[in-house]
Amino acid sequence: MDEARDRGAVAIDRDECKGCGLCVEACPPRVLRLSGELNHCGYHPAEYLGAGCTACGICYYVCPEPGGITVLRRQVA
Amino acid sequence: MASDTPAMAVVHGRSPIFYRRFDRKDDDQHQTHYCPGCGHGIVTKLLAEAIDTLGIQDRTILVSPVGCSVFGYEYLDVGNIQVAHGRGPAVATAVKRSRPDSIVVSYQGDGDLAAIGTAEIVHAANRGETVSVIFVNNAIYGMTGGQMAPTTLLGEKTTTTPRGRDPAVHGYPLKVCELLATLEAPVFLERVALGSNKQIMATGRALRRALENQVHGLGFSLVEVLSPCPTIWGLDPAEAQTFVRETMTRTFPLGNFRDRSASAVPQRLAVTVPDLGELPRILGLGPASGVDGASDTVAPASPVPTADHRIVVAGFGGQGVLLLGEFLAEAGLSAGYHVSWLPSYGPQMRSGTSNCHVRISAVPIDSPVVSRPNVLIALNEPALRKFLPSMEPGGLVLYNADSVPVDCAGSGAGITPIASTAIADRLGSAKVGNVVMLGALLEATGMLPDSALERALHRLVTRERWYELDRAALQAGRAAVRRMTAAPAEPSLAQDPAMG
Repeated sequence: MDEARDRGAVAIDRDECKGCGLCVEACPPRVLRLSGELNHCGYHPAEYLGAGCTACGICYYVCPEPGGITVLRRQVA
Repeated sequence: MASDTPAMAVVHGRSPIFYRRFDRKDDDQHQTHYCPGCGHGIVTKLLAEAIDTLGIQDRTILVSPVGCSVFGYEYLDVGNIQVAHGRGPAVATAVKRSRPDSIVVSYQGDGDLAAIGTAEIVHAANRGETVSVIFVNNAIYGMTGGQMAPTTLLGEKTTTTPRGRDPAVHGYPLKVCELLATLEAPVFLERVALGSNKQIMATGRALRRALENQVHGLGFSLVEVLSPCPTIWGLDPAEAQTFVRETMTRTFPLGNFRDRSASAVPQRLAVTVPDLGELPRILGLGPASGVDGASDTVAPASPVPTADHRIVVAGFGGQGVLLLGEFLAEAGLSAGYHVSWLPSYGPQMRSGTSNCHVRISAVPIDSPVVSRPNVLIALNEPALRKFLPSMEPGGLVLYNADSVPVDCAGSGAGITPIASTAIADRLGSAKVGNVVMLGALLEATGMLPDSALERALHRLVTRERWYELDRAALQAGRAAVRRMTAAPAEPSLAQDPAMG
């Protein structure tokens, strides 16, 4: 899948993320995973695979942190 | 990063309802205090979105409970009050009634709402208070470490039900929505859950409905949210979500239990609270309060600098014990003293024991409790016997009888018998016996000026008939003491038939 043609993208605040993994479970196109690295709190934060986001926003709603996840959508020209 | 792509725009991001930084300790100011996967984080976020969507940030007042969500005020940039355990609905009632235009949200957990606060939620719902309650139910006490809650599922193991909840011992899970649905007043009752994507989105809609109802003034709304507590349940966040979806919902079925949003009539409180500036006038304290106000502007009589009257008035309920104390305190205040009045009475309204402690002092009063009185007004014999031993030597005792019991007469205090009830009866009502005693006390001690007494009577006696009778009783009490000091022959005869 070509990132340039994706409908959306996900930005994750890796220091706000507590690595609960709910977004990974919830994501319909399965484009999130937990990072192998630790953040400053010692959690494995979620990360975006980099392609395939549909900007559905589900991950944003299941995330318990206020600003852990930001969902972006490609603007129609 | 995706955010570097210029053609992308944020569609879901941090709500402006959250503070930019959370006022928390150390370096955690960018995240909540909740555990990974906690349902509170999700509910708070959905609440923030509902507030934002409805454009009510400036008039929303969040009532935070005791429990994990106690720190609601650190996160949401709205009006905030943090309340005692379980009392959210009571405080929300007060906030809503005093600020009818505010949108009041009581956010509570199950330990808070369904245990210690059961009375508050039932009565707020039954009154149909126009508030929105968010009830986050995770079926356990989370913050305190996992004790059984009233909502704990049957068979569920907690620290206080190590063999699982047994209905024979611990009762059944309390179903709050079903309970409140038996009441007439609630407008909106719905149980939702955080067990799946779909359920989370439905939770967001229910929360918005609960707030929307309040915006329209429709009455009481409650949303119960079945919420995961991964830490205390000992499950990972995904397993906890599954537990909510597949296990909790069997005990707590999801659905709407009441929706009268369409038919409910907007409520508008008829009476709102007055402006603070009006309070003195309403309480009769301001310069515009007529006779009293006028007298208040007069400089008080110069108090005696050494005055320290420690008075106990005692008798049985119905004798005007407490009112006599109030007269004294009020008059003392008028005369420029520091005063205190401390009533104490049994559960019965009449014929139970009743007493009050009054202090009238030239200096600020440290304690309103009188443990060593220098004045005792005993309106019956049990009261005399009870308080006589505590009297300061040389103190004054006024006793409501013709004579002093022989075994009491030898005490250090001088006991003056004034048959106040009999004197009052002859004046027209035995009820003014307390005021006869007041007159006797003032005559015997001169502790307060007439003008101060006059003002106290004005303030406390509102009916003309009683006012006249009280004035006569005051004079009769004074006369009784004067006669005794003029002819102190035999105290037991201190009674004037001419008073009749």
